Amino acid sequence: MTSMPSPEVALEPPSEPRFRLTDSTLRDGSHALAHRYTAEQVAAIAGALDAAGVPVIEVSHGDGLGGSSFNYGFSAQPEIDLVRAAAAVVKRARLAVLLLPGIGLASDLEEVHEAGVSIARVATHCTEADIAIQHLRTARDLGMETVGFLMLAHMIEPDALLEQARIMEDAGAQTVYVVDSAGAMTTHDARARVAALKGGLRSETQVGIHAHNNLSLGVSNSIGALEEGVDQVDACSRGLGAGAGNCPTEILVAVTDRLGWSSGVDLMAVMDVAEDVVAPIMPREQVINRAALTLGYAGVYGSFLLHAERAAERFGVDARDILLELGRRRIVGGQEDMIVDVALELSRRT
Amino acid sequence: MSTSRIPVAIVGSGNIGTDLARKLLRSELLEPKVVVGIDPASDGLARARAWGIETSAGGVDWLLANAERLGIRIVYEATSAGIHATNAPRYAAAGIVAIDLTPAAVGPAVVPPVNLGAHLDQANVNLITCGGQATIPIVAAVARVTPVPYAEIVSTVASRSAGPGTRANIDEFTETTAAGLVSIGGAAHGKAIIILNPASPPILMRNTVYCALSAGADQAAVESSIEAMAAEVATYVPGYRAKGIVFDDGPFRTPGGEAAGRVTVLLEVTGNGDYLPPYAGNLDIMTASAVRVGEGIAARLASEVRA
Repeated sequence: MTSMPSPEVALEPPSEPRFRLTDSTLRDGSHALAHRYTAEQVAAIAGALDAAGVPVIEVSHGDGLGGSSFNYGFSAQPEIDLVRAAAAVVKRARLAVLLLPGIGLASDLEEVHEAGVSIARVATHCTEADIAIQHLRTARDLGMETVGFLMLAHMIEPDALLEQARIMEDAGAQTVYVVDSAGAMTTHDARARVAALKGGLRSETQVGIHAHNNLSLGVSNSIGALEEGVDQVDACSRGLGAGAGNCPTEILVAVTDRLGWSSGVDLMAVMDVAEDVVAPIMPREQVINRAALTLGYAGVYGSFLLHAERAAERFGVDARDILLELGRRRIVGGQEDMIVDVALELSRRT
Repeated sequence: MSTSRIPVAIVGSGNIGTDLARKLLRSELLEPKVVVGIDPASDGLARARAWGIETSAGGVDWLLANAERLGIRIVYEATSAGIHATNAPRYAAAGIVAIDLTPAAVGPAVVPPVNLGAHLDQANVNLITCGGQATIPIVAAVARVTPVPYAEIVSTVASRSAGPGTRANIDEFTETTAAGLVSIGGAAHGKAIIILNPASPPILMRNTVYCALSAGADQAAVESSIEAMAAEVATYVPGYRAKGIVFDDGPFRTPGGEAAGRVTVLLEVTGNGDYLPPYAGNLDIMTASAVRVGEGIAARLASEVRA
């Protein structure tokens, strides 16, 4: 038997949470399910996360509002139905959506806001923050809480990331996230970016971390970010998300409990959500297979994994060769169409 | 050179106006008489002067005061949507046909190989978007041989070639382009996606067109129609090419209903490098299409003169 956590840590009465946990199983997890969530599954997961005390639950197509498409995969059910299913069951948790300018529209926020979503997370590639100004302002005008989401943040240096974060802050973002979409950051990388934003943004602006597990660092990078004072942390139940998956919610809660940092979430309950509610609907467990590891190694957007595996089979090439080539060309999030383009080129070479 | 070239003016001396002036110098039907800006120190005006084109920093007031002297029949608007909305009625009152490269959409949208012929009599036409100019011809090429219940495009442009207007209102790009896939391309439903890529050196403009296909669609006919259309666009946008045409079996649950299959067309646009760098294929296709539209209108004006 392993020993239990030391009592003075584990049994301390719950204090004010040290960070706010956003569970993205119903958004980032959409990638792993090829966007096949049903309203029934969404209600079961959102209800269970809410009961466990998870404060924020994100629900959207993996590529955000309007992501249902040939390029990213069509949603099995309209996402507004999924949002309504979540809204119908949550009692305490607040609902969030993701929106990528260029894919979804600012006006898409109106319908989900009416359905009960109160947090708009507006995502851009880490160098393109200014295309989010329109959408962040729309969200504020609707009275929504606003989050700016700087994706593939490993691709630029911390000071350059801060400049982009300031553009989002000036546009009304109340929080700016460091998003490791490729799961390519070492813990040093994550800490340096969080520290730059914490040090350089206004004191009332919060900072978040969104970590993936392609290099097996999802939890460590989240903990490193917390040590730098990050205010919000994303995680997914059982790690269900793009690539090798995300920082797993239940493991984050367990580790932060051990560190004596309250998440406000019931550990046993989120373990049950992972095992009893989420695991049964997963098409496969989140493992760091060779393609997923290549994503992290090459710095490629995590949601490319399943598309690259399909293209590899279709064109008779190695998924890793596709991903390495995409990394070499510095392809950004949303460019899923380049996977077939590259696979076709590679197949013609052989 | 024939003396019957139609005199045209360019309003706006930024990247687009200057690249357009350079292209118009090569036209056999159009003569760039004047480039009008508002900043006497602009590089665009200096370039135009160096190319032997008259220039003025006096704005549209100057142009309208001098239009008769210069014989201007067509004006290209390369400013902004707000400015064109103000200028459009003034051009119309002066009897000058306006070709609008801004998102103002005062007049109907034209995509040369698809619907230019239907709009040659308009007093004002609009060039829609760069993504629309690149992709709508392909959708139309598919739609002319088989119904397209749903078309979707992804335009990826180099960050450095996406101007402040596009960045401030990226939704306008996607909504306008999606509407054009339907109203001009002939799809029943449309969706447009734009991605900005900051890679250095900058990437060439990339477009992907997806069209949903019904079960009975003739793939060979679809493919040859696409190839013919790509060749036609390349006659006025030399750097335009279809890199690949891929057919997939569905079913796909699209907004236009369940589709048995789809065709994916991978397009690349290399700019001509006139004033703008070659990677800015998105801007090149706008100015090249603008020349094509102007030539169509010029031919119509010339035939009126003869009649």
